[in-house]
Amino acid sequence: MNRKYLKAVLVGIAVVAAFVILHYGCQESKDLTSGDEAGRVYVAPGTYDEFYLFTSGGFSGQIGVYGLPSGRMFRVIPVFSQDPEKAWGYSEESKPMFMTSHGFIPWDDAHHPKLSQTEGIADGRWIFINGNNTPRVARVDLSTFKTAEIIEIPNSGGNHGSPFLTENTEYVVASTRFSIPIPDKDVAISSYKENFKGTISFVKVEQDGAMDVAFQILVPGFNYDLAHGGKGPSHGWAFFTSYNTEQANTLLEVNASQNDKDFIAAVNWKKAEEYVAQGKAKTFNTSYFRNYFDEKKHMGFSEEKKTVKVLIPEECPGLIYYLPTPKSPHGVDVDPTGEYIAAGGKLASVIVVHSFSKMMKAIENKEFETTIDGIPVLKYESVIGGEVNNPGLGPLHTEFDGNGYGYTSSFISSEIVKWKIGTWEVVDRIPAYYSIGHLCVPGGDTRKPWGKYVIALNKITKDRYLPTGPELTQSAQLIDISGDKMKLLLDFPTIGEPHYAQSIPADILMKNSKKIYPIEENAHPYGIKAEKDARVVREGNVVHVYMSQIRTHFAPDNIEGIKVGDVVYFHVTNLEQDWDIPHGFAVKGMQNSELLVMPGATETAVWTPLKEGVYPFYCTDFCSALHQEMQGYIRVSPRGSDVAITYGTGK
Amino acid sequence: MKTQSKILVIIASLLLILTFFFPLWYIDLEAPQYPEGIGLRIWVNQISGLKPNDLSNINGLNHYIGMKEIVPDAIPELKVMPFVMIFLLIFGLLAGILGKRSLVYIWISLFIVTAAVGMYDFYLWGYDYGHDLNPNAAIKVPGMAYQPPLIGSKMLLNFNAISMPHIGSYILVAAVVLAAVALYLDKKNRTIKVPNA
Repeated sequence: MNRKYLKAVLVGIAVVAAFVILHYGCQESKDLTSGDEAGRVYVAPGTYDEFYLFTSGGFSGQIGVYGLPSGRMFRVIPVFSQDPEKAWGYSEESKPMFMTSHGFIPWDDAHHPKLSQTEGIADGRWIFINGNNTPRVARVDLSTFKTAEIIEIPNSGGNHGSPFLTENTEYVVASTRFSIPIPDKDVAISSYKENFKGTISFVKVEQDGAMDVAFQILVPGFNYDLAHGGKGPSHGWAFFTSYNTEQANTLLEVNASQNDKDFIAAVNWKKAEEYVAQGKAKTFNTSYFRNYFDEKKHMGFSEEKKTVKVLIPEECPGLIYYLPTPKSPHGVDVDPTGEYIAAGGKLASVIVVHSFSKMMKAIENKEFETTIDGIPVLKYESVIGGEVNNPGLGPLHTEFDGNGYGYTSSFISSEIVKWKIGTWEVVDRIPAYYSIGHLCVPGGDTRKPWGKYVIALNKITKDRYLPTGPELTQSAQLIDISGDKMKLLLDFPTIGEPHYAQSIPADILMKNSKKIYPIEENAHPYGIKAEKDARVVREGNVVHVYMSQIRTHFAPDNIEGIKVGDVVYFHVTNLEQDWDIPHGFAVKGMQNSELLVMPGATETAVWTPLKEGVYPFYCTDFCSALHQEMQGYIRVSPRGSDVAITYGTGK
Repeated sequence: MKTQSKILVIIASLLLILTFFFPLWYIDLEAPQYPEGIGLRIWVNQISGLKPNDLSNINGLNHYIGMKEIVPDAIPELKVMPFVMIFLLIFGLLAGILGKRSLVYIWISLFIVTAAVGMYDFYLWGYDYGHDLNPNAAIKVPGMAYQPPLIGSKMLLNFNAISMPHIGSYILVAAVVLAAVALYLDKKNRTIKVPNA
């Protein structure tokens, strides 16, 4: 009996040990690398990365610029948020860029960078990004890496489904995440179904980049989420996901998750152009701002627009169709051929891929389930191209490698799933650390992907980096997709929250990168072209200082005759014409930020001295061997003092 | 002179036209902060930069050591040299057309004298820029002068200055050599023909 008992105990221990060994033996270590990954991402000092990567800053309102495969960060481009380092939103010239119908807005939530395209291929002229909160679209010039234009989107509750493009950057699209009364008015929130509407906007982009809202489409009051333009055969169409087709206005996590299918809206924008040309659009009174930066004047300008053209689907047959799509779809991504439209149904058990050619046939044959506010709903069976089974939990976004595969991010199961277009079978999967949102293949949403890498853009990093208190770094992961099996190469931190990202071969951008602003082209009204023109001019209690900077002095660097109560404008021109020689400017007690003036540019800081004294000012950017000597003094006398304006350098 | 030699002298003269399209000399400055290079190009009639703005940027750098600004408009030689070049061109053409050996000899001599005077003048300018320094300059190194080498390279503080002939000078050399070849061939033909006569 005793021996039997002992035997049983020993067997028991053996079984437990076997399980433990089995358990740990089979568990794949997430940090195991086979050794060559380091070499794959090593970019030797003094050599260049192969790709640029642009990540959205999310709630930072900016764009991060990185190199791939190294993951090194080069720059933060200030877009929607003030940036004291670059005086963005603090200099007099950049303040107009922040104007909206709600006044000066110093921040936004930037989600989706999108590189401009020609014939469906990233061309490197500009990168667009949306402002989600106060609905806006920005255009960044990629020769200067500077925000060139910001346009507000009227009749929008939040610009999430933006700034996706048509094939030749004819239009930037913008769909409202939140439906609201249009035009906005004071109504009971519970009157949602009766009063709330959505809009889908098409913003025309001219050859020089100038943007204007060409037309909007008034759509049923759902939440419009993401978008993509058609390409190739589907050029002329744009696709928008929607959820909350239940039209809930409270507790959406439950109330907007009831319908088995929501919709992808397919918009025939060429048809829309025809309707607008025929005068079918209604003119709505509204207010929105277009702000643009004049590179020759080195100055931003702001203009208010008062009307917008609106198309009503009921009056415009053939303008828009709904494709039933399970379930609360998030991303809508068009494959490089333009035939397949993949939907990330975030609560769906499959990835639904619609077929553009089947959609066109279904439209021709009028295979409609029903009609909502004049918008025909196509039959699901008539438009479906395929379903990817077992795609992981919470599929969100798909990018393509150009070799016949799609890569879908699955948020809940925290992985990337690779599947084959046509057979719809999953061929590989790789974990993401952790909770991947968007993903990015260089050119992966265009006609020409450079399918070497996929970048996972993660929401949570937990134990991946050294802890930094309650808030941890945001992160991206570089994964090699050149072979059959995906392979994790590198984790690297990002600024803000990286929602979406775009990547482009470095050689396309490098050759266009501007080195200086030619001083002879400087048309700033307060700019000067030579040190001899430096001067101080009093106009009542306003004082204009026309100041120059060159290694290693300011002109003037001694200024007297300023009085308490004066409003002093420092118009600072950097006369340098050499690459990488910006000069800074800051005065003690200045209530705004420093200036950081690029070679050949002029920037203005306004200063109101509050008390008398002598105020030093200096160059904030270590510019040369005698940078510490690049300084000056301003004498501030009491209000009503009779100290005359005098100034000079080296006198 | 024989036609063959006449043609060679005419070609040699016409080559001088090219000196208006290529610099005669260059002075490049090498330093770690200028991986893209910075330098001067000296032409028959002007001084320009290796890149746009290089001349003003070099003047900007030179102010630290108190060197005078290089202002091409203030250098009279750049106004005279084009006329000298045109004179040599016309002289050479005439020598070729008239086919007089003596004129070709004179042309080559003028050429060599011009080159020698030009180099000496270039040296004087270099000496002047390198030695006549503002006593209040920020950077003063006792005993240090900043004269670039006439030809070759030399370290001037953090810069390695390299001074070398550019395409224009090689064209001048080619012109003289062509003229000399013309004379040589002509002489050879004569000495062969004498026994036959």
